[in-house]
Amino acid sequence: MSRQKTILFACGTGIATSTAVNVAVTEAMKKRGLTFNAQQAKATEVPGLADSVDFIVATTPISASVTKPVIKGLAFLTGIGKDKVLDEIEAQLRK
Amino acid sequence: MSEGLMQLLDPEAIVLGSDASTNEEIIRILAGRLESLGYVKSSYADAVVRREMTIPTGLPLERADNVAVPHTDPEHVLKPGIAMGTLKKPVTFANMEDPDEKLPVGFVFLLAINDKDKQIEALQSVMATIQNPDALDGLRSARTLDDVRAVLG
Repeated sequence: MSRQKTILFACGTGIATSTAVNVAVTEAMKKRGLTFNAQQAKATEVPGLADSVDFIVATTPISASVTKPVIKGLAFLTGIGKDKVLDEIEAQLRK
Repeated sequence: MSEGLMQLLDPEAIVLGSDASTNEEIIRILAGRLESLGYVKSSYADAVVRREMTIPTGLPLERADNVAVPHTDPEHVLKPGIAMGTLKKPVTFANMEDPDEKLPVGFVFLLAINDKDKQIEALQSVMATIQNPDALDGLRSARTLDDVRAVLG
């Protein structure tokens, strides 16, 4: 049984689009039988928080100094390419 | 469908077929509505305009008229609300994910958000509308509030 992973959802304000993405990913992963811990933050806060999470899903650009995997979350706002991004997230959660 | 969005949009904060020619102009028009309706502080409009320059909110939908969702920090918000503007001619917003890319935007949803846990449904219904090409096409041709209601329910 592997440890529950933590995803950091990031956007410009840390409350608007990251909330929408967090909810969309949580619902979709539940359907795939996966749960995770969720945190939300402003994009500018990510470098300071990245060490304590497994990976990041962001709707805005994230500093290149962050070494944890960053998955682009815009698909959950536009609806375009959502399944591919969900597969990426699932793969990270199953690692 | 995009059920519910109409309940969250203040009818007084809907601007159809705006002549605005820049993103700042449409943001200020919509922010002015939210301010006079008591949703946001007078600092909100400047804060959104400033933020849009560095952290843009254009969403690429592979359309000639894409969507933008400008917003800013909760400290400028008095109570949650959403304003919507449609544009006669698209104005330019930068892409949220790639600020160097410019997008023609025909629909602006200006968000006044101050509590993420209570405003999840509002955000979800905005996203559902954005992801529904028929709803966007309906909004583009809407000229009256009744037209908007027919699209958004």
